[in-house]
Order: sequence, then structure tokens, then C-alpha cells
Amino acid sequence: MGKIKFCAQLGFALAILLLLQALLIPKYMESTQEGALIGEYYANAGGNDVIFIGDCEVYENFSPITLWNEYGIPSCIRGSPQQTIWQSYYLLEETLRYETPQVVVFNVLSMKYDTPESTGDPTRREAYNRLTLDSMRPSVFKWKAVQASLTADERAQDAQFSYLFPILRFHDRWSKLMAEDFTYWLKKDQVSHNGYLMQTGIKPMTDAHPAPAPAGYQFGSASWDYLNRMERLCRAHGIKLVLIKAPTLYPVWWKEWDAQIRSYAQEKGLLYLNMTESLDEIGIDWNRDTYDAGLHLNVWGAEKAAFWFGRILATQCSLPDRRDDDALCARWAAKTDIYEQQKQTQLASAS
Amino acid sequence: MNLISIRFVIFSAVLLVLYYRISQKWQRIVLLAASFCFYLCAGTESLFFILFTILTTYFCARCIGRNQARLNRFLSGHPALTREDKRCRRDKTRRQNRLLLALCLTANFGLLFFCKACLIQPLHQALSDGRLSFLTLALPLGISFFLFQSAGYVIDVYRGTVPAERNPCKYALFVCYFPQLIQGPISRFSPLSEQLFRGHPFDGKEVSFGLQRMLWGYFKKLVVADRIAPAVAALRQSEYTGAAFGALTLFYAIQIYGDFTGGIDIALGLSQALGIRLPENFRRPFFSKSTAEYWRRWHITLGQWMKDDIFFPVSVSAGVRKLSRISRSHWNGFGKRLPVYAASIVTWLATGIWHGLTPNFVLWGMLNCLVIVVSEELTPLYRRFHSRFALKDKPWYGLFEIIRTFLLMNLIRACDLFPHVGDYWSRVCSLFTGFHLRVFWDGTLMGLGLTGLDYLILAGSAALMLAVSLIQEKTGSVRKLLWRWPAPVRRGLLFLLGLAVLLMGHYGIGYQASSFLYNQF
Amino acid sequence: MDNLLAILSGLHPDVDFETANDLIDGGILDSFDLVTIVSEIDEQFGVAIPAEALTPENFNSAHALYALVERLLDE
Repeated sequence: MGKIKFCAQLGFALAILLLLQALLIPKYMESTQEGALIGEYYANAGGNDVIFIGDCEVYENFSPITLWNEYGIPSCIRGSPQQTIWQSYYLLEETLRYETPQVVVFNVLSMKYDTPESTGDPTRREAYNRLTLDSMRPSVFKWKAVQASLTADERAQDAQFSYLFPILRFHDRWSKLMAEDFTYWLKKDQVSHNGYLMQTGIKPMTDAHPAPAPAGYQFGSASWDYLNRMERLCRAHGIKLVLIKAPTLYPVWWKEWDAQIRSYAQEKGLLYLNMTESLDEIGIDWNRDTYDAGLHLNVWGAEKAAFWFGRILATQCSLPDRRDDDALCARWAAKTDIYEQQKQTQLASAS
Repeated sequence: MNLISIRFVIFSAVLLVLYYRISQKWQRIVLLAASFCFYLCAGTESLFFILFTILTTYFCARCIGRNQARLNRFLSGHPALTREDKRCRRDKTRRQNRLLLALCLTANFGLLFFCKACLIQPLHQALSDGRLSFLTLALPLGISFFLFQSAGYVIDVYRGTVPAERNPCKYALFVCYFPQLIQGPISRFSPLSEQLFRGHPFDGKEVSFGLQRMLWGYFKKLVVADRIAPAVAALRQSEYTGAAFGALTLFYAIQIYGDFTGGIDIALGLSQALGIRLPENFRRPFFSKSTAEYWRRWHITLGQWMKDDIFFPVSVSAGVRKLSRISRSHWNGFGKRLPVYAASIVTWLATGIWHGLTPNFVLWGMLNCLVIVVSEELTPLYRRFHSRFALKDKPWYGLFEIIRTFLLMNLIRACDLFPHVGDYWSRVCSLFTGFHLRVFWDGTLMGLGLTGLDYLILAGSAALMLAVSLIQEKTGSVRKLLWRWPAPVRRGLLFLLGLAVLLMGHYGIGYQASSFLYNQF
Repeated sequence: MDNLLAILSGLHPDVDFETANDLIDGGILDSFDLVTIVSEIDEQFGVAIPAEALTPENFNSAHALYALVERLLDE
């Protein structure tokens, strides 16, 4: 009897802790929506022919809705801000636990970062790590991704445990809670469209982007190692790996980098598309198709990029048109509705 | 491994499960392995230091013990010897043993001295320059604590109060038993070893009490000490004088109390959960009515060590006895007390140097000594005063004595914070020349890196600590009191305390990592 | 023994040293007193009490202390 009572009390205490944790962690529903993207995959997992993996250049520059409506290709994006290649690799491993797509598309921009420290300011790196890793479900892949991602500061503080129990990281947020935290305490919405984060703003391109040349153009050994592992993993699962450089000009994708990836792709027999070379063909209008002066595309740009890329996927990767599957059609029709609705709402609130 | 790291919590949990799962005769092996593990986490260089100390003190104690045994065998085998012969034999052994002891202590304390001179000095330099080098991290973890403990053991063997331990594994466990490794307490051989070497059956109440004590320690360390730390650091800057310096002494008192007693609570709590009682290191020191009493209640085991192994030996040494004879023949009253004072000065000098090699610590030791000596000299005056005015029994007079001692000790303790004695001195002077209470409401306190909420939490926590101390002073143990309450209420309260640590503790990314203040000593 | 009692009473006139047997454990004598007693004994009896003999057992009562002095005189 005493034991049962004790267990009940323990359960009660744990429940309170879990509720508190749910309250204290940032929700990413209204502010910093990028933090919700990785977690939204689980609701969209299964039945995707294409999985995009990479940084902001995937989740802002390709619209899966267009891929479906134009080519009948079901796809999902596993992108997050400043996602590093080790995070991409473990996200891919995790994705394969849920489904085996026919094509994996990896955006190669993150090859330039070789270590967590090389991405710049460690405090910001920590924030980016959080945005990618916090919404991953607990798994061995998450643990490995965390271990690979820790900054020196985090390592010194044993922060790996705080990715398993985020209350350890956000324990002092109780004095800074916002309305959003209570609204989405127990239930979250989907902020993305299969991993695509919609932006309807327009801010024409300027050339005022600093583009300092890197100290050396050679990619680091860790970057190559993860790219190799990604290639081997895809080969083992019979997945076609497509390397892309998304169609935005900043940050600069140096021609020395391009050459290295091109020769790697050739050596491994991979498809590599540097989409910055096909901007005219894609039809990007830098006065209308970007929302932040050329760093990322807005929804019209993302639709154009997806339209162009879909044709390549359909022809060169011979992906079938799935629009004869009624269940899929119904699901994507619902997604399209939400997508169009959000586009209208955003436009209305902007004007 | 830091006592406040998650790694340590996990380490402790795993150890506790393992410790009570295996057969009792293996428990001490598990403890030894855990202690080495714990020490290895601090780096392999540190391991060298502790192994050096273990080996030298082990063999030295064995030699001393063997010499003594040989002497005893000889004396009992030759009952016919004259008293003169016996004394001669005894003196010879004693001389040998004294040489061994001196060699062993010199080697070990030389090492400590070397480490402190090489490493602590640049630490202060770095702190005042605002930069830290890797050297500051290289001081072997808790070196002075395990060194004092093993030196105390060799001295005890030399004095014949404990036999030399034969089993090197058992002895190694005594030296590097990990809960006390980082910041004490400093244990004597016989009470600790007896507990370490026997098995401990699982006792739910002891384990629960131990864990409760750890939780309370984490509260004091994470919620109080680490929260107030930025204000203490800020107030050290030169623009804060007068009343702001007064505030610094108060804040530092709160910080070091939370930090040090919190760390001791974690160590003693974990040890209690393992079934091993370590000696208490604090008995509500801020309730002391005099400096001498304060030093019997603050860092008790160090005080005890200093008394047994420095103060007494120095005061019965040939030099002091000679001094005593001379001073007695010159001054009657003071002459009798002079040897005691001389021994005190030596003891306090050693205590000061133990804390650090910079001049401020020497000054700190001398100030403590001065206060004790002066109050000793004034004893007749006090007696006359109290026989004239019957104040001693008035409760408010007791309170006055407590506050007086608290403020005085705060002032002396602030020495720690200023490596340059001149800085300290000018601050103390400013108390008398520029004491303006307005710093408490003109916004100065808000510019120290603490928010109003921080002050609120600190005030609440300080009130809680005071309440706990008062209960301890009255009834002994808060945990025993709680134990008599209904279990759900007790568990509820402990859960709330745990939540307070979890939510209000200063830990994790975003906070400056602040390890225990006493690690470096 | 009388000499010894005189030394002790000189330090704390208000204590009955004939009967008291918790001088150390009861907190009547502090470490300063101990050292003063040691040097007084050295002066009057010519006996050097070694540091290891400064234990509560030897100093808790006047009788224990007297026994210690006698033992040391005998050695």
C-alpha cells in the first residue's frame, strides 16, 4: 500500500515537472517560427518521395506544395536555420527510421562549416543548435547530433543533458513568459507547409551584402567526412542523393567551392545542381522574388524554384506522378488549402 | 567533476545504486574505484599529485609504525633495563621517527607550496587583469584538503594515537574518498577509516536524510551563492567605497556562507547516503558571540587540524617553553600569556597561508589573531564590566554580541577579496570617511548585475536559511523534525525545495560557470 | 595535587575543579587555557607535556591531569 502511494506521489511530481517543462520551453509558434520546423516533420512523415535536408536555403527556397501540384511529387523539408552538416547527417539517419524516400536533396552551403566553433559567435551557435535540436524527438540520432553540435561552452557545462531535458536550459524563463507560451502550452499548430516556412514580403535585392573571401577555400575534413557518410547511407538504402546549391546569391557560393563539389559529385556519380547558374532559366526576378534583399526567396521565388527543380526531379530522377493516388490527393489538397489561405492572410495583413 | 554539474548528480546516482546492490565486502572497493574515477575527471596531472601524497604518507607511516613496534618489542623483551637506558632507546627511535615525519611533511607541503606559489599567484594576477589562462585550472583538485588529511594521519601515527594502516588500498580510500575531496571536511583517520572499511546495509532513512541534505546544499549554492556572485564581483571595483563596501562585506558573507556550507552539505549529504558520517564543518557560525567562538563554529575541521597539529605542538615546543621562562621572569601576568600568543600567531600565519600566498591572506590571518588576542587581554575588563552591569542575561545583549561579531568577521573576511592590501585598507578607511547610506536607494544596487527579482529571491532565501539555522539551534535537526510530519506533507515540501533549485538556481548556459570558492584553497 | 588545583583555580576561579570531570567536553577550558596549564606545569613540576598528550581524556578532570603528570614524571 505504502509503495503504491509513494509511486502515485512520484508520478504526480513527474507530471508537474513535465507540465512545467512544457510551459518553460520556447514555443516557436509566433516568434522565431524556425525553431518549430524540425519537429513538424513527424506529422508529415511517411510517403514522401523527396526529402530536402539543409539550412535556411532549403526551408525558404522550395515549396513542396508546388512540387505536388505541378508534378505530383510528395516531399518534405527537414531544414533549420544554420543547420550544420553533422546535424543534417543525423537528421537524415533519423528520417530513414520513419521512411525511405527515393531522393534526398542536400544543400551544400553548410560544407563551409567544419566545427561548431567555425560558424562564428558561440552564443549564437548555441541558439541555432537549440532551434535545430530541441524539437527532435528523443532518439540515439538526437544524442549523436547533440554530441556533434556542442560548443566548447556547452561542453564545459554538460549541456548535452539539457537537450534531453530542456527544462535544464530554460529553467529561468519563468520570469519572461509571454502570452504565446500559455496559448501553445499543451498543443501546437503547424507553422510550416511540409517544412516550408512561407514568407510573402518583398524587399528587392541590393548588393550591400558583405562577402569577405574565406581564409582558405578548401572544405574541412569533418565536412567531407559527413558528406561521405551521407553518400554511403543513401547508397546503402538505394536512395538517390542530389546535391544542390540553392538559387540565392548571398551568402556567396565561391567558384572554388563549386569546383570541389562538382568533382566530388562526378567521382561519386551524383547529380549536382548549382542553381545560381540557372537563375534566368528559373526566372527569379530579384526585384520581386526575395523578402530580405536577396538572402532568401519569398513564396513566389520558392514556387519558381520548386517548379524548375520539380522538372529535373521528374525527368532526371524519374520520379513518378502520384496524383493518381486518391488518399494522397486528398491529403495534399488539404495542405494546399491551408497554404493558399495563409498566403492570403499574410498578404492581407501586410497591406 | 564539479559538485554542481549534472554529471556529478548522475555519477552519484549510479554509485548509490551500485553501492547498495553489491555485497557489503565489496563496497569499499567500489568507493575507491569511484574516487579514482572522480579524480581522473579532473585530469591525469592531478592524479599524479594525489598518488604522490598517498604513497609517501603511506610508506612514511609504515616506517614510523615499524620503528615504534621494534622499540616496544625491545623494551618488553628487556625488562631489566634501567630507566636511563629505556629513555635513551626511546629518544633514539623518536629522533628517527621525527626525521621521517619531517621529510614526509616537507615533501608534501613543499608540493602544496609550489602549486600555490605557481598557480594561485597568476590566478590573482589574471583576476585583476581580467583574463584567465589555462594555468588557473591546473591546481590539483582539492589538494590542500587531501594533503591535510594525510598529514594529520602521519602525525597521528607518529604520536602513537593510531596504528599505521597496512593495506594500501584501504589507506588510499581514506585519502581520496571523493565526497570530501573537493572542499573538505578534513577527517581524522580513526573515525573515518572505521566507517569506510566496514560494509553498510541499505538504510532508507539515512539515504533519504543524506539526499535531503544534498538538496539543501544545492539550494544554498545555486540559488543563493551563485545568484549573488555577480554583485560581489562588481562591488570589488574601486568606485565602490564607504557604505557600498559595507554592502560588499555583507554580500560576500552571504555568498561564501551559501557556497561553502552548501558544498559541505552536498559532501556530507552524499556521504551520509552512503552510510558514512563525515565530521560537521559548520555549526551556525553567524550566531557566534565572539571571534574565538566563530572559529570554533566555522570551518571546524580546519580549525581542529590547526589546533592539534600546529597550535599545540608549537606551544609545547622547546622554543616556546624557553620564551615562556624568559617572559615569566620579566612580566608576571602578560608574561604567562605571551607563549600562548606566540603560538597563536604561528597558527594564524599558517591558516592565512593555507588560504593563499598573497599578502592579503597573511593580513587576514593576523587580523583574526589580533582580535582574539586583544579580546583575551581585555577579559579582566569584561569581567569587571559585567559584574558592575548585569547585562549578560539580557537577550538583547546576546543579540548585540552576535551582530557585533558578525560585522567584525565580515570586515575581516573582506580581506580575501583584495589581493593588494592597500586596496583593502583604503576601503576600510572609507567606511569611516565616506559612509553614505544613500547607496541603498539611489540605484547603485541595481547597477551590479542583479535585478529587483534577484534581490527578492535572495532576501527570501536568506530568510529561509536564517529560519533553518534558528530551528537547528533550537531543536537540532530540521530533517528529524520533518520526519515526524505526515509523509505527503514532507515530500511536498521537499519537492518544492527541489523546484526552487531547478527553477531559481543559477546553472547552465547563460550563467558564468562559477565553481566552489573553496576549491582553490 | 594541591599545586595543580591552584594552577587551575587561577585560570577559572568560579569552577570547582575537585569534582568537575568535563572540563574540555563541557567547554570550560579552551585551547588557550590548555597551553597555559601546560606551561604552568612545566614551571612548577618540571614536566614537559608533549603535544600528543593534549587530549580531552587527559584534561577533562583534575585527577586525570594529575595522573598524566605522575606518569610523565615516572618516565
